[in-house]
Amino acid sequence: MSTTELGLPGLRTGTEGVPTTEDTQTGKDFTSDQEVRWCPGCGDYAVLKAVQGFLPDLGLRRENIVFVSGIGCSSRFPYYLDTFGMHSIHGRAPSIATGIATAREDLSVWVVTGDGDALSIGGNHLIHALRRNVNMTVLLFNNRIYGLTKGQYSPTSEPGKITKSTPMGSLDHPFNPVSLALGAEGTFVARTIDSDRKHLTSVLAAAAAHRGTSFVEIYQNCPIFNDGAFDAIKDRDTKEDAIIPLRHGEPIRFGVGGTKGLVRDTVTGGVRVADVGSGEGEVGEDALLVHDAHAEDPTTAFAISRLTDAGYLHQAPIGIFRQVERGTYDDQARAQVTTARGGVDGDDSSRLDALLHGGDTWTIA
Amino acid sequence: MTKQVKQLDRVIIRFAGDSGDGMQLTGDRFTQESAAFGNDLSTLPNFPAEIRAPQGTLPGVSSFQVHFADHDILTPGDSPDVLVAMNPAALRANLGDLRHGATVIVDTADFTSRNLTKAGYTQNPLDDGSLDEYAVHPVDLTGMTVEAVKEFGLTRKDASRAKNMFALGLLSWLYGRPTESTISFLERRFAKVPDIRDANVTAFKMGWNFGETTETFAVTYEIKPAPMSVGTYRNITGNLALSYGLVASGVQSGLPVFLGSYPITPASDILHELSKHKSFGITTFQAEDEIAGIGAAIGASFAGSLGVTTTSGPGIALKSEAIGLAVMTELPLLVVDVQRGGPSTGLPTKTEQADLLQAMFGRNGESPVPIVAPRSPGDCFDAALEAARIAITYRTPVMLLSDGMLANGSEPWRIPELSEIPTIDPAFATADGLGDDGFQPYQRDAETLARPWAVPGTAGLEHRIGGLEKGDGHGNISYDPANHDFMVRTRQAKVDRIAESLPPTQVDDPSGEAKVVVLGWGSTYGPIGAGCRRVRNAGGNVAQVHLRHLNPFPKDLGEILARYDKVLVPEMNLGQLSMLVRAKYLVDAVGYNQVRGLPLKAAELAEVIGKLVAEAEGDAR
Repeated sequence: MSTTELGLPGLRTGTEGVPTTEDTQTGKDFTSDQEVRWCPGCGDYAVLKAVQGFLPDLGLRRENIVFVSGIGCSSRFPYYLDTFGMHSIHGRAPSIATGIATAREDLSVWVVTGDGDALSIGGNHLIHALRRNVNMTVLLFNNRIYGLTKGQYSPTSEPGKITKSTPMGSLDHPFNPVSLALGAEGTFVARTIDSDRKHLTSVLAAAAAHRGTSFVEIYQNCPIFNDGAFDAIKDRDTKEDAIIPLRHGEPIRFGVGGTKGLVRDTVTGGVRVADVGSGEGEVGEDALLVHDAHAEDPTTAFAISRLTDAGYLHQAPIGIFRQVERGTYDDQARAQVTTARGGVDGDDSSRLDALLHGGDTWTIA
Repeated sequence: MTKQVKQLDRVIIRFAGDSGDGMQLTGDRFTQESAAFGNDLSTLPNFPAEIRAPQGTLPGVSSFQVHFADHDILTPGDSPDVLVAMNPAALRANLGDLRHGATVIVDTADFTSRNLTKAGYTQNPLDDGSLDEYAVHPVDLTGMTVEAVKEFGLTRKDASRAKNMFALGLLSWLYGRPTESTISFLERRFAKVPDIRDANVTAFKMGWNFGETTETFAVTYEIKPAPMSVGTYRNITGNLALSYGLVASGVQSGLPVFLGSYPITPASDILHELSKHKSFGITTFQAEDEIAGIGAAIGASFAGSLGVTTTSGPGIALKSEAIGLAVMTELPLLVVDVQRGGPSTGLPTKTEQADLLQAMFGRNGESPVPIVAPRSPGDCFDAALEAARIAITYRTPVMLLSDGMLANGSEPWRIPELSEIPTIDPAFATADGLGDDGFQPYQRDAETLARPWAVPGTAGLEHRIGGLEKGDGHGNISYDPANHDFMVRTRQAKVDRIAESLPPTQVDDPSGEAKVVVLGWGSTYGPIGAGCRRVRNAGGNVAQVHLRHLNPFPKDLGEILARYDKVLVPEMNLGQLSMLVRAKYLVDAVGYNQVRGLPLKAAELAEVIGKLVAEAEGDAR
C-alpha cells in the first residue's frame, strides 16, 4: 500500500460551505417551542442561553445547523434549539455526527454530550472523531457526576467520591478530558465554564471558526447530585488563584495580583506553577511560559492540562489549549469522491451499465 | 496420442491444498473458464479462518468446489467427482466427501514422511491400498512445475508456487476449458513482476501439455454448454452482486450512498468493493467499531444519503441499539448481515442462517424491522435493490440477510438491462403547503404510513428527532400512555403494510397435485430446488416456495401453506423460520435442520422430502 498525497484544500474556516443569511437573527430564532426541563439551577440553562445567544453571530441559515446529542441531562439540548437535531443513543453522537458532517459540507454540525456520554460509554467514538478531525464542534458538559441516572460517579469524578454506587468511595481514577483530547490528536481543545458567559461565548466562536473537530469541555454544575464541584473556580474569593487563564501569545499568569505563573519545569520537562517575584524561589516575569496554542507539538499543551486537579477542583487551566490546522476527514472524503467523479465520463446510468458488464462476460443470442 | 473423449452432463471438482497454495484462485480461474465456455455452474469456496494455519496440517486446508454442467444446476454439488489434492492433509481432509470411484489427482511432491505425519497418516495412502476405490493419479506437480519454469531463474520456493497453475492447466485440458481468459488474467495480475508472470503462464501451459502427452490420462471429458435464456452473462459472487445492487440503488434513487462499516468476515468484501466506486458518489467510512459504522450511516441518512451498514452476526449484536434508533426515528437504512456460523465468534468463514430471529427480534421493545433475503449469489443484486426500495419508501431500517455461502459462492448471472432495474423515489419532504401547525415530522402517508424524510438544509422543516417516544404528528417527546400504545402499533402497522406492495408468492408445484410443500429462505434455495427435482424425477409430487420477504411475510403465504398437508422447512439453523410460520399461521411445520457450517445437501433433502411425500400420499390412500 502506498500513501497517496491528498491534495488538501487551503485553510478554511469551520463554517465555510455552510449557507449564510442576511436576515437579522436573534436568540429567539433559535429557541424551540419546547419547555426546557432541567432541574432548577442546572448549569445547562446557562450554556443553552449562551449558545442561543451566540448562534445568531454565526450568520448561518438556521436550517443548515444540526445539533446531535447522546443520552444524559445535557443531551436534551437539541430539543430546545430550533435547528435540525437528533437526540440519539448513549455515547454515539460523535459517530452520527461524523456521518452527517461527511455526507454534507453545507451543514454546521454540533455535538452536545456529557462526561458519562462522551468519556464512558462513548469514549471510543470521541477519540476517533478527534483523530479523524471531522469538522464538528463537540461541547462536553462536564459535571463530574451521572445526573440522569440519579447520582452515580462518572469518569471524571474525583477518586474516593461517595455516591449511590460507591458508598465506600469511588476506586476509579478519573480522566482529564483535555489531556484525553490532546492525546487523541485533537486539533482544537479548549475548556470553559458554564457561568462565565463571556468566556464561554468567546470559546464557542473560536471553536465554530476552527475547521476540524473542536473539543470544548464546559465545567457545568449539577446542583442536585454534585453541587459545588466547581466552587473554587467560581467563587469570587478563590477563583483568581484557581483559574489558570490561557491566552494565545500571552505569559500564563494568575493568582490575586498576578503572583503566580507557569514556567518550564527543567527537572521533569513539564510545566509547573511558580511564584512570580524577585524573592528566593520566585521567578521573574520573563521566565513565564508564553502560551502558544498554535504549537504543532501538543506536548506543552498536554503539560499544562496536567495542572488540573484530579481530586476536588482547586486549580484548572481555562481557555484554548490547542488550535492547529490539519486536513479534516470529511473534506478529504468528499475530495476523493469529487476526484473520482471528475475522472469518469458519462452519466451514472450508463456507467452503471458498464460496471455491471465489466469482467468476463458472454452472450447467449 | 489419440485420447478418448467422454461426454458428461455434469462434473464436480474440488481443488484442495494448503491455505497458501492458491486454491481459491485456481478454483476461481477454472470457474471463469467454465463460465466463458457456457456451462451452468455453482461454486463453494471453503477456507479456514486463519490466514495461514500451520503448513501441511488439516486445519490449514483450503478448498474450492465447482460444479459445472450442460444443464441448469442449483448447487455446488454434494460429492465431488474429482479431487485435486496438493498435499496429504488436503487428501485426508476431503477424501470422505468424494463419491465412490471418484478421480483423485495428488501432488506427490508433498507426500514425504514428515508431511504424512502432519496430516495424521501413519503410512503413505498412495502405497497402502487405502485408495483402491478411487481412480488415483499420482503426479509430481511441484517437480514438473519447478522444471518447467527453471529458465526464469526463480528460487525453488518461488518456482514451486506456480504449481497451482500447472494443476489448473492440467484440469483445463482434462475438461476442454478455454484458456485465453486465464492467460490474460495472469498477464494482468503479474504485469509488474515479469518473472512471476512468465512462470505462471508457463506452468499453466505446461500443465495443459502434460495432460495431452502423458499416458496417465487416457480420457478427456466434454461437458457441453448449458442452454440459458438470451442475454449477456457474467460469473458473479454474492458479495459482488450485493455491492452492485447497492451501487444501483444509489443510481436508481438518485441518492448518494454512504456505507459505514467495520471489517468482519464474510462481509468485508462489500466494503472493499464499494470503496472502489466513489465515482458513483459513494462514500465509504471504515469506522472504529460496528456501532460507529451504523451510527455514521444513520447520520448520513438523516442528512439525506442512503445510509448502509454491512456486517455479520456478531456485528448485528453490537448494532442492535442503533437499529432501534433507526426504527424510532424512522429513517431509511440498509443493514446487511452476511451470516456466518454462530453464536459468538462461531465459525467466521463458514455459512449458517441462524440470524433470522436476531434480525426479527434482537432489539429492545416492539421494534419491527423488515427482512429481505437473497436466494442465490446473483440474486443478491435484486435483493439489495428491494431492500433499498423498502427502506426508502417506508422510512425504515431494513435487514438484508445474506450468508457466507452466497457471499463467496458464485454462479452465472444474467446482467439486467438498465430498463429492468427499478427506480426508487426518495420523495423528500418540502416546505410547500405547510399548515398553521408548521412541519409535522411524524405525520404519515395514508398509503404507506411512512413519515416525511425532511433533510437538513430545507428551510421551514427544522425539527428534532431521537430515541425517546414521539408524539403522533408533531414528533415532540411524549410520555402519554395512549400515544405510546398508538405509536407502537403504528410502527408495526407500517412494516406490516409493506406486504401490500409485494407480488403474489410464486409456488413451484409443476404437477399441481403435491401434498407436501417445501418452504425455505436464503441460500438453501439451490439445495431445496435440487432435492425437489430428484423427488419429482422419481415420480413424487412436491411443491417449493422460497421466501424473499421474511418480515412481513407475503399476504398470501398463510393461504398457500394451508393448501398442503405437510410443510417442510429445511434450514441451516435449529428451526427459526419454522418457529415464525408456526406462530403466525399455526401450521405444523416440519423442520429439517443442519448446522454444519456447510450448505444443505441435495441428496439428503431428496431423501427427507421423498419420505414426507411418501407419507403424505400414503395418508391419502
